[in-house]
Amino acid sequence: MFARAATPVAVIITLAAFDGAAAQTASQPPDTMAARVEACTPCHGNKGEGTSDVYFPRLAGKPAGYLYNQLLAFRSGRRKYPPMNYLLEFLPDPYLEAMAEYFAGQHPPLPQPAPSEVSKDVLALGEQLATSGDAGRNIPACVSCHGPGLAGMQPGIPGLLGLRAPYISAQLGAWRYGTRTAKSPDCMQQVAGHLTEADVTAVSAWLATRPAPANPAPVPKGTYALPFGCGSQPN
Amino acid sequence: MGSKLSIAFLVLAAFTTAAPAQDKSPNNANDIIARGEYLARAGDCTACHTAPEGRLFAGGRAMPTPFGTLYTSNITPDPDTGIGKWSADDFYKTMHSGRFPDGGLIYPAMPFASYTKVTRADSDAIYAYLRSIAPVSQKNKPHELRFPYDNRQLILGWRTLFFSEGEFKPDPKKSAEWNRGAYLVEGLGHCGMCHSPINALGGTSQSDAFKGGLIPMQNWYAPSLTSNREAGLGDWSIKDITDLLQTGVSMRGVVYGPMAEVVHNSLQYLNDEDTRAMAVYLKGIAEGSSPPPAATALPTTESSLLISLGKTVYDKHCASCHGTQGEGKPPHWPPLANNQSIEMQSAVNPIRMVLNGGYPPGTKGNPMPYGMPPFAGLLSDNEIAAVVSYIRTAWGNRGTPVSAREANELRSAPLN
Ligand code: HEC
Ligand code: HEC
Ligand code: HEC
Ligand code: HEC
Ligand code: HEC
Repeated sequence: MFARAATPVAVIITLAAFDGAAAQTASQPPDTMAARVEACTPCHGNKGEGTSDVYFPRLAGKPAGYLYNQLLAFRSGRRKYPPMNYLLEFLPDPYLEAMAEYFAGQHPPLPQPAPSEVSKDVLALGEQLATSGDAGRNIPACVSCHGPGLAGMQPGIPGLLGLRAPYISAQLGAWRYGTRTAKSPDCMQQVAGHLTEADVTAVSAWLATRPAPANPAPVPKGTYALPFGCGSQPN
Repeated sequence: MGSKLSIAFLVLAAFTTAAPAQDKSPNNANDIIARGEYLARAGDCTACHTAPEGRLFAGGRAMPTPFGTLYTSNITPDPDTGIGKWSADDFYKTMHSGRFPDGGLIYPAMPFASYTKVTRADSDAIYAYLRSIAPVSQKNKPHELRFPYDNRQLILGWRTLFFSEGEFKPDPKKSAEWNRGAYLVEGLGHCGMCHSPINALGGTSQSDAFKGGLIPMQNWYAPSLTSNREAGLGDWSIKDITDLLQTGVSMRGVVYGPMAEVVHNSLQYLNDEDTRAMAVYLKGIAEGSSPPPAATALPTTESSLLISLGKTVYDKHCASCHGTQGEGKPPHWPPLANNQSIEMQSAVNPIRMVLNGGYPPGTKGNPMPYGMPPFAGLLSDNEIAAVVSYIRTAWGNRGTPVSAREANELRSAPLN
């Protein structure tokens, strides 16, 4: 009927994947996660490395627990981005877990840090907030949770490297305005609630200029204690 | 089927009237509850009456309509905020007549126009099941309907035109299997709620049942289940139909959009006999004859340019999954050649498919479906129109070209 490349190999794969008689003549897509997430890769990159669009985040190497929490939040509509809310709507938990594991297990190199468009003073404020916080304004250091190397901690805290400033600032803004929430207690909401517009610009810009560390992998669970509790990081 | 149901009814009557201590048939009571749970899935009560991340059957799910937003009700057995004080008679009145216990009128977004066909025994089983679940104290969210639709008396007019009350009547000339399928499709399955033309009053008329229509607000076209030029399944094998209903994918095509929801929330839970019965019925109602495709509005030279651009786009972005000849790698990467759901007169669905991509639902039979990326951000209106025109006319497909304006209009269609 159609011109098909029905090689013997394809037939064997088909037989293994299907018992329907009709399937024997058709070839099948590869039985891999890579083929199953082809709906995601135009936006997130083939290995989750991100794309040229600064609002499309890198997924590769982030803790699987963190990625899974995000997929659950997108599926229920609690975290909003309509194209993704739509794609995930009818996918079951174990499949979302498998997608999270898949991207957590990819290790393409981190991108070159972006040249910064903000002044030295702004970068200095960003560095100060990220590494020491501002006790007077109740702002904890970002590193106190995201780790001294900003590589995150298993299972629920993401690294903050390899992201572009517009994405980071959009996320912090979403927490401030309540359009992004995490499991309660939502510690990031408390953190972001204390940041001003200027703080957000500064810390986002500084984070985006960080060079890739030798080992960008998230540290194991329990490597350090958090300054206060986070619902997405069970202790 | 009939005798089994009447036995179930007698048992239930005993169960609901006898004091618990005297009940000698706890297993049968459990059977009825299990049956009620199954029927509640078949009627999709479960998903419609549960909000995302909300408690089971506590309601609060938003239903956008052209008249404003309705919120589903708490139907847990909580006495104050749910239906804990309702009797089996009250419940049957809602299912069968679309009225609250006090006689008040229920909005037809609750599909009582289909549920009216449900037997008393099945209604009682669902009632028994709903009494067995955990009560949740959660007040119903008030509907947000615009004037004058917030006046429930208006429902009377709708009922006069579109509602005919009455249980399903088997057709003695057809097989028991056909009748079982008809009972499920016309009754609990409420397939006609989407698969019938919706007129300006938000109603579907009996004579147009299953003739297909555009779903208001959602901007998806629910194809005719009777025309073989749409989703009529006259020339499908029973296995392809049961695969589609149970797993969401088949050798002939896949489900997406609102139909993915129906398979995900409801049809995947039906047993093999009921699925087969629905397939037999659906194949049976397909009519052979159909009007020829409408002539295209586009001049021929323009449309041939469009189609050659469409082939370029297709070879670059689509052929890796759907094949250079539209053969796909079914069931996971659906074939586009000889696929009715692309050739229909309404091009809304294929355009939206290309704009939004999608995953078929994850089901027991297909727990890790393959997906299609959205192209809204990658292709211009012209390229979308071109590629959709191409797949609608290539490889012997008998659809018509579409314009860039149609593609553009659907960019703003809601995604949920
Ligand atoms: C149309 C482009 C697009 C597609 C397709 C897409 N995503 Fe996304 N994704 C985004 C954007 C944009 C965000 C950030 C949304 C926001 O602002 O919160 C995101 C966020 C995410 C996040 C959260 C990342 C983080 O660090 O918090 C995960 C996980 C994710 N996507 C996974 C997926 C998976 C899995 C798929 C395929 C099933 C997918 N995405 C398909 C654009 C896309
Ligand atoms: C008390 C612990 C804690 C502190 C302090 C903290 N974070 Fe977070 N952060 C988290 C957790 C937990 C998450 C994951 C939340 C979720 O599950 O969605 C997170 C997520 C994020 C994300 C989302 C990453 C992505 O890929 O979408 C950003 C951006 C972020 N934090 C920035 C910051 C910045 C900037 C600071 C310092 C000003 C900071 N965080 C301080 C715990 C913390
Ligand atoms: C398409 C969504 C939808 C489906 C499916 C659905 N319902 Fe409803 N239901 C509603 C809406 C909306 C209302 C509120 C109607 C109103 O206020 O007039 C409602 C109201 C009700 C009520 C009245 C409760 C009250 O106190 O307001 C009962 C009982 C009920 N539904 C039972 C069921 C059962 C049983 C099923 C499955 C057989 C079912 N529903 C399926 C949408 C749905
Ligand atoms: C919420 C609205 C809705 C309901 C309820 C609904 N459908 Fe559909 N259905 C659609 C839409 C929209 C499409 C077109 C998308 C598609 O083909 O998957 C569709 C497509 C179909 C198709 C064609 C699939 C193909 O690949 O050609 C069949 C068959 C079908 N529906 C059967 C049913 C049956 C049987 C029921 C009742 C059990 C039902 N539908 C209930 C909206 C609905
Ligand atoms: C990565 C593989 C992939 C690519 C690339 C892809 N598709 Fe798809 N396509 C799919 C899958 C998987 C589905 C089923 C999606 C669903 O059910 O939601 C699908 C469904 C469809 C459908 C609906 C078929 C039906 O049975 O009703 C159409 C139309 C379609 N694709 C057209 C296209 C066009 C046009 C392109 C290129 C612009 C394209 N696809 C690119 C995988 C792909």
